[in-house]
Formats: sequence, structure tokens, C-alpha cells
Amino acid sequence: MAHPLTLITFIPLIGMILILAAPAGLVRWYKWIAVASAAAQLVIAAWLYTNFNTGTVAMQFTERYSWIGAYHIYYFMGVDGISISMVLLTALICFIAVFSSFSIDRAEKGYYALLMLLDTGMMGVFVALDFFLFYIFWEVMLLPMYFLIGIWGGPRREYAAIKFFLYTLLGSVLILLAMLALYYYGAVPTFDMTQLAAHSSSYTIGFQRIVWIALFIGFAIKIPAFPFHTWLPDAHVEAPTAISVILAGVLLKMGTYGILRVNFAILPAATHELAWLLLGLIGTINIVYGAMCAMAQKDFKKLVAYSSISHMGYVMLGLASFTAAGINGAVLQMFNHGTITAMLFLLVGVIYDRTHHREIDGFGGLAQSMPIYAGITGFAFFAALGLPGLSAFISEVLVLIGAWQLHPIMTTLGAATAILTAGYLLWCFQRIYLGPLNEKYAALPDLSAREIFMLLPLAAIVIMLGVYPHAILVLLNTSLVHLNQGVLAVATGPALPLH
Amino acid sequence: MEHPVTTDLVRWIVLLPLLGAAINFLFGATLQKRFGKRVISFLGCGAVLAAFAIALYTLFAMLALAPDRRFMLDDLWRWFDVGGLKLDIAFWLDPLSIVMVLIITGVGGLIHIYSTDYMHDDASYWRFFGWLNLFTFAMLVLVLGDNLWLMFVGWEGVGLCSFALIGFWYTDLVNTNAGNKAFIVNRIGDLAFVVAIYALFAGLGAVGHPTLVIREVARYAPALAGARGYLGLPMVTFVTLMLFLGATGKSAQIPLHVWLPDAMAGPTPVSALIHAATMVTAGVYMVARLNFLYSMAPATMLVVATVGALTAFLAATVGVTQTDIKRVLAYSTISQLGYMFVGVGVGAYAAGVFHLMTHAFFKACLFLGAGSVIHALGGEQDMRKMGALRHKMPLTFVTFFAATLAICGVPPFAGFMSKDEIIWRAYAHGHFVIWALLWAGAGVTAFYMFRQVYMTFFGDFRGTPEQDHHVHEAPSAMAFVLVALAILSTVGGFAMLPGFIAPFAPFERFLDPVFNSDATRQVFASGLHDRSLETLFAGLSLLAVAAGWLLADLTYRQGVLSAARMSEFAGGVFYRLSFGKYRIDEFYRAAFLAPYLKLANAAAWFDGHIIDGVVNFAASMTVVGAWLAGLFDSYIVDGLVNFTSKATLAAGGRLRRLQTGSINGYLYGILAAVMVILLVRAIARV
Repeated sequence: MAHPLTLITFIPLIGMILILAAPAGLVRWYKWIAVASAAAQLVIAAWLYTNFNTGTVAMQFTERYSWIGAYHIYYFMGVDGISISMVLLTALICFIAVFSSFSIDRAEKGYYALLMLLDTGMMGVFVALDFFLFYIFWEVMLLPMYFLIGIWGGPRREYAAIKFFLYTLLGSVLILLAMLALYYYGAVPTFDMTQLAAHSSSYTIGFQRIVWIALFIGFAIKIPAFPFHTWLPDAHVEAPTAISVILAGVLLKMGTYGILRVNFAILPAATHELAWLLLGLIGTINIVYGAMCAMAQKDFKKLVAYSSISHMGYVMLGLASFTAAGINGAVLQMFNHGTITAMLFLLVGVIYDRTHHREIDGFGGLAQSMPIYAGITGFAFFAALGLPGLSAFISEVLVLIGAWQLHPIMTTLGAATAILTAGYLLWCFQRIYLGPLNEKYAALPDLSAREIFMLLPLAAIVIMLGVYPHAILVLLNTSLVHLNQGVLAVATGPALPLH
Repeated sequence: MEHPVTTDLVRWIVLLPLLGAAINFLFGATLQKRFGKRVISFLGCGAVLAAFAIALYTLFAMLALAPDRRFMLDDLWRWFDVGGLKLDIAFWLDPLSIVMVLIITGVGGLIHIYSTDYMHDDASYWRFFGWLNLFTFAMLVLVLGDNLWLMFVGWEGVGLCSFALIGFWYTDLVNTNAGNKAFIVNRIGDLAFVVAIYALFAGLGAVGHPTLVIREVARYAPALAGARGYLGLPMVTFVTLMLFLGATGKSAQIPLHVWLPDAMAGPTPVSALIHAATMVTAGVYMVARLNFLYSMAPATMLVVATVGALTAFLAATVGVTQTDIKRVLAYSTISQLGYMFVGVGVGAYAAGVFHLMTHAFFKACLFLGAGSVIHALGGEQDMRKMGALRHKMPLTFVTFFAATLAICGVPPFAGFMSKDEIIWRAYAHGHFVIWALLWAGAGVTAFYMFRQVYMTFFGDFRGTPEQDHHVHEAPSAMAFVLVALAILSTVGGFAMLPGFIAPFAPFERFLDPVFNSDATRQVFASGLHDRSLETLFAGLSLLAVAAGWLLADLTYRQGVLSAARMSEFAGGVFYRLSFGKYRIDEFYRAAFLAPYLKLANAAAWFDGHIIDGVVNFAASMTVVGAWLAGLFDSYIVDGLVNFTSKATLAAGGRLRRLQTGSINGYLYGILAAVMVILLVRAIARV
């Protein structure tokens, strides 16, 4: 296949153009154009998976053309072990999100067009290797997200959308400044991330620290890391289901992906110095604090949103471990968080579509009227609370076993949160699905075929990666070990003031 | 040990119950609707019994091997290989795990059969068997996993099934609360378990052998001797202590025993299978499995034995006053597990495992007997409303009575052989206080067990006439299982006779290869080996049992002593402590749960008001700033612009007056200008 990365990135853009060109009112067309684009993406992703060479740290499937010669800007794409899993995840989640969008019932043309644009933006972020191109995609994704929440969202959609927009914009500005600083102060003026990484030693440590922190804040907002996280619950609560699925499934990973791709690779010395505090400690706060906030939520979707914040903390803690196990676990956790949280948001959407509310205490006994729904929710909840044998267990274990050596206290806190997680999830499950049946909902229809079709592949992946995590780990390991060694090689002092 | 026999048979022991569970969960509802419950029974029981058959076959295959070669490995696939951590999905069968497998599939299979009668009227019959099968699978993974993580998969997997089965009748929130409690309390233990694994992996990595495969840990464990661990403890002590803390969750020992009595909310076969015969013994199995580590940590051993003895005694004293037939058995289980922990805690690993096995027989029999009673009385569990059932349920009575004799340790029933061995070993290893607790516990056990027998089967019937009319003997499947377990409770002890009776202990011999690390052999050898003293101590135990039995007989059968009067003893302090289960639940609720819920609410408030407050404040400041900037723009910046233009206009207006139109004026002006220029030049030249 020629130009697979360009194809996988821009097929949705073609989809968008087709949707816009299609006659008004033909909702079915928009849907199936979107499905076709996402399906094509999925096929290419599968092709990439099978053709990916796991034995090399080099960028693969690269495409490189001069774009703006005067400023050494290239159209440069490629994937390595760090990004390939995110490409797979994006294709998968977008495919499912398209089906989840079928319940949108107004202004469909604009909706699907924006959804396709969002898809291109996200995919572009993961395959771009030129920082300038990366930044363009990063911004491209912002705009459709703003409108998708702001137009198709819930009652407080405008507040949530603006909050999301401003927060992300603040992050974007910092990333932009950092990018320009890297360009102008580097050994060679370039936006090529592989070149920047190769010349990382030319930046002084003082410069690295400032740029690292600017980038970190930019990316931390996306993760979202404490204390930049409050846009997320609002955005989730207001966003339509499909957008929540994308937000939690893919968007959040851009933050941690950016940290790996830019902070780790280009600023290793500062990474080594700052990671324990800004990734390790803040990650731990995310884990514990997110779980505690989740416990107190009354809105089902907000609970899942805080749970999502909590689970992204493991990714940060794993990155701060500087061990192969921890960093592999972190990226695997990014993938697993994507599939599991997507399931959770789909499941929240199921009940919201039927009852138009999400008050946890407003249900009760739904397992009697919707047994399949309750069963799959139970499965997803246990996956989320890290039940051994399912995927999240493996990634959390790798994160924690890797982090233990440097940060035993943070690791223990992270592991202890498994108790709190079990607490809020089981309590939530009990209030919604168990106990006497709330007569108001005695006649709710169980999952439709479309809903099962969206959930089953995710469930299958969750099981598969629990017993055979090797399927993803094999992609990651070579690149991540290389990256980690790059950080450790520049280590000048101990990385662990908190021993 | 270096060269295990490779096999691909063991996986089927594990996978058949999983298959049963998968079919039941995916198609059970449909199958049940279309073909009836018989298909579900066939699937559910068949999967476990087939696994049992394979286990028996492998047992004989194992017996054909030389004792030091009785290790089988079934390696399925590489699980992960990251950062030096190489683990497989692999099953490890040795004499210890085959004993467990036979209990799980054997006793478990019987309980499956029992359930076909017991659960017959339940609409979710398929779901019940699905979970039972899944439990069997998870328990088998726990005992067969060849590495600690796979063991942990089983460890939490059984917790999941326990959760689901305790809350099986989920429309009642009491049941689901009990399920939640069980899962969360177990997770507290699991935290310690995983911390132990992290520490162990780091410790082994530090000595150059990063591994979590149990047989490799066994090989390299001696290298950990003297290694520094955490909290100021040696590495091995830290790891074993944490693992044991994990065991107190799963095996319901103090301080994490609180979930087990509530777990009785589940259907009775579940109590028999999970909360008596198999899952709760996982902690004992874990200690025995990792005996090579425990034997290296005398401090941990002492903790294990002490916690076991305290639990054995205190739980027994709670059992004395409970009135719910299943709750008495629940406390009895906690107590008996304490005995097992003393066994493994004093280094008598084989004795601990032996008691695990006999306990599985007699406690399953007791629970299922209680189930038969509950079934006959239409769900009644209060012993105060029973009585005289031996006439109408003779078979249940006889089997229950045999199991009672077994648990009390009346020779020659199974409990005598196993429990007495533990009590004696506690003394033989120099733990007098522990021995005294166990000895007193044996007496209390006899008391509460015979109290139960008398309240349930003797005296007059105290239930409703309607119940009296409906009482019936156990149906055939249930009866068959009760008889089978009663026989095992009676003769099961002969696999390991006390040394003073006969030097006949094939069970211990069989397990020898598992318990032969240097450290373990040293611990075992350090105890007393005095036959005549052992005999004397057996006599003392029997004395305690006889006293307990007699007291129960006088109180609850003959009515010579009054239970009400006894409860008034010392102002009722002891009664209230026992009946109130030492108020531990209330303490935990007040000390941990309530503060945590407050903290969680505080966190959410902080998030919504402080953090988001700052964000919103920053946003509104931006708005205010923008407004100020707007003012600045229109008044200062624009003002300046306007001022400039106005000033220009005004100046122009004034200057316009110079344009008089008079030639003279211009000429004067030009003249003046020329003169100024000339003047300036003249001055400049000077």
C-alpha cells in the first residue's frame, strides 16, 4: 500500500467533503459515508498492524515532502512503536463512535462533517513527525470538537464548549511557544521531531526545563492532569455520547502521547529531572483524587469522567518510572483506557437515550428489565476496576511493578486506589442495576443490535488483551525501551528525590 | 524439580469449567428456555465432573512417577515479556496442587450436583451454574498458576465469583451489600498481596534473578536471605507479611474477617463451596505453596500462627451465641481457618493442608445439611424456630451429626486426625499460648456445634405448623451428596494418622516433595518429637471436647442448665460481646468508612468550588480585563487618536487665520524668514 499514513489521515477529510457535497436532508448518506470512511481507516490500521516491523526503532511507513522550504517545514509522517498503538486505537474508536452517532437527530450534515474533520485531526496528531504539522493537526482537532459539544451537546453545552476551547487554547499557545523555542534555539533550525530528538543535547538544561514545563502544561491539560482537569467532567456531561467516547477514548491520549513524543524524546535531561514530580506525583494525585471525586458523584456520566481522570493517572505514573515495565505499561494503559472508557461512555449513553437522565439514584433494579445491558455494564465495570484476566489489570500491574523501584510510596497509593475504585464502581452498579426494580423503568427495552455491535468488539479486545497482552506490547516494547534508555543515558543525577 | 514432566492435559482441568461457564453465560438463558433446566444441570455438573475425572487420571499418572519427579508443567503461551518480567500462561501441577484440584473439582462437583435440587425452582438457574463454573475455573487458576500473577488472577477471580454469588438474589439490597462488602474487604487484602509481589520482584531483581515464576522464586529465594526490605524489615519478612495480610482478606482472618459472616446471604451451596470448602482456604494454600519463603521468615511465621490462634478462638466464641444456622457455621469456618493458619504458621505445612482437606469434607457437609434444613423449612434460618427435625429428616440428621463429630475432633472422625495434629504441633514448636488458645477453642467448638445440633434436630419443633407440615427429607441429589460428604468426613482422616497411633501418613509423605526446601525442613525439625507427650496432649484435647459437648448437652438437650441464665453471666458483658461480634463492624464503619465518605465528598466539593472556582474566577477576570481593555481602547487609545485629529483641526483653524490673502503679509513673512535664515547662518559661521 502506498502512502498508508496519508490515506489513513485524510480519508475522513474526503468523507467530510463528500458529506458536504451531498444533497441536503439525506441523513442516511451522511451516515454511510462516515461509516465507509471509518471502515476504510480501520482496514488501513489493520494493514499497518500486520506490516509493522516490531524489531526496529526506526520510523516506519514514512512520507516526507518539503512543504514550506523557507522555514524547513516538511510534510513528514511516520509511525513507531509509540504511535502505532494510538493509530489503531483512533481507528477503532472512531469506527465505533460513528455508529454511536446514529442517535443524533438534528443538523446531521454538519455533525458528520465535523466528526470526519475531528477524525482527521486526531489521526494526524499521531502520525505527524514534523512538529509544525503536528501542531496544525492539534489545532485542527480543536475546532470541530468545540462545535460538536457546543451545538449537539446538553443544556450547559456552551459553557462546557467554551471551557474546553479556552483551556485547550491555553495549552496550544504554550506548545506553540515551546515549538518555536525549540526551532530557534536548536543546533539546526528544524521542526523535524526525529532531528530535534537527535540534537537534544544541544539545548542547555535551563532551556530544557522551561520548555519542558511549557510543553507539560500544554499536554497536561489534555490528559487531563490535576489541577487542569475540571474542563473534562463538564465537557463529558454536555457532549453527546459519541463525542464523549472520542474524548475519553482518543483525545486524552494525545496529552500523554505528546509527553512521550516531545518531552521524553526531545528534552530527555529535563524529563529525567522533572518526571518524578510532574508526572509521578501529579499522576498519583490524579489516581487518588479522581477516585475520591468519582465516589461523590451523583451523575453517572460524571462518575465515569472522574474515573477516567483517575485511570489516566496510571499512565503518568508509569511514564515517571523510567523502567521498561512501567513505560510499556503506561502506553498499554493508554490503549486499555481507550477501549474500557469508551465502553463505559457508550453504556452511559444507552441509559440516557432511554430515560433522558443520568441520576445514579434515579434508577434501581435495571438488571431485571435490561439483563444484557446490566451484564455488559458489569463486565465493563470490572474491567475498569482492574480485574485480573482483563486488559486494564495487565497495564496497571506493569505500571505499578515498574514504578515500585523508584517510587514505592506512590506505587502503594496507586495500588491502594484499586480499593476505592472497587468502592465507587460497585456502589454505582448496585444503585443502578440491583435492588428492587424501579417501576418507572420496568418496560425499558434491552440493548439493541446496534448497541451490542458497538460494545462487543470492545469487550472482546478487553478480554483478549487480558490473556494475550503481547499482541500490543510487542508493538511498543522496542521503541519504548529505546526511548527510556535515551532518557536514562543523559541522566546526570538521581531521578528520585522521593525515595 | 529441575525437569518437570510437560503435559497438555492439565489445561483441560482448567478450561472445561471455563467452557461450561461461557456456554451458560452466553446461551444459558436460551437453552434453559428451550430445553429446560436439565440441560443446564448436565452442562454445569458435567464440566466440573469431567475436570475431576482428568484430575484423577493425572493423580494416577503422578503416582506412577518417582516422588521427587512429581511435577507437571502445562505451558500454554507467553503472557507478557516486558522489562525482564517474563510470564507465561502456564499451569503447574505438583502434589500440593493436585490435592487442591481434587478438592475443588471433587467436593465442588458434589456441590454442583447438590445445587441441581437446591436451586431447582430458581428462574436464573443458568446464571447460578454459570457463576459456579466460573468460580471453579478461577479457583483452579489460583492453585495451578505457575507464577504469582497468574495465581493472583485466580485470587481475584474467585473474589469476583464470590461477589456475584453472594449477591445472587440481587433484588434484595441486603444481599448485594454483602457482596460489595466481600469484594471490597478482599481488595484491601489484595493491596497487600500485590505490594508483596512488587517488593518480591524488586528484591529478586536486585540479586539478579527478576522472576515471579513460583518454582524459580523457590530456587532463588535463598539469595534473598539478609536482603533489606521495606519498613525496616528484612525483604523476606516484608514480602511474607504482606502476602499473609492478603491471606487474611481471602481467608477471613482477623482483622479482615468481617465479610464472611455477611457472605452467608448467598445461596447455601455457595456458602458450602466458596465460603467453606475452597475459596477461603486460598490463603492457607498460598502460605503452603510459598513455604520456602515463609520458613525463611520466623517473625512472619509467628505472626501467622498468632493471628490464626486468635482468630480460631475468638471466632469460636462468637459462634456460641449466634442464632442463624448459617452464621454459626460461618464463624466456625473462620475459626477452623485459624487452625489451618496455625498449622502452616508453626511449619506443620502438611498438617495445615490436611486440615484444609478434611475441613472441606465436613464443613461442606455441615453447610449442605443446613441447606437441607433451610430447604425443608421454606427458607427459615433461625435455629430458635427449628427443633426435632431428626425425626422427619433422619438422613440429614445423621450426616450432619457425623460432620459435627468430625469438626469437634472426636476420634476416629476426620477432624480428630487433622485438627489434633495442629494443636499438638503448636505446642511442639514451643508456642504455649497458641496451644492454649487452640485447646480452649476446641472446647468452644464442641459447645457451639452440639448447641446447633440440639437446637436444630432435638427438642420440640418451634416453627409454624405450616412449616411442620411441609418438612421433608432432602431430595435424592441432595441426599446423595450429603451421604458422600459424611462418609468422607468419617474416613477422610485415615490418610494421615497421628504419630502415636501408627506411623501411617501417606498424605504427608505424598506432600513431602513440596515441603522440602532447606528452610522448611529446618523449621520442621526444630519442633519436639515426643510420642508420649503427644498422646497426653491428644487426651487433653479430648477432655476439652468432652467438656464442650457435655455443657451443650446439659443446656440445649436436657435443659438442666439455662442458656438465658448463662448469658447473664458477669452482667451479660460476655454475651453481648459475643452476640455483637465484638463490635468490629461498627468500629470499621466509624473509623474508616464514614471518614472516607466524608473525605470523598470533601474532594468533590474542593473540585467543584475551589479548583473550578479558580478556573471560573480566572475566566471572569479575563472578561473583566477584556472590559477594561475595551474602555482603555475607546477612551485612551481612541481618545488619543481623536485628540490628535481634533488637535490638528484646532491648530489648522488657528493657523488658517495666517492665510490672510494679503500680498503684503506674505512678503513680510518671507522677509522675516530670510532674515532669520541669514541671521542663523551668520551666527553659525562665528
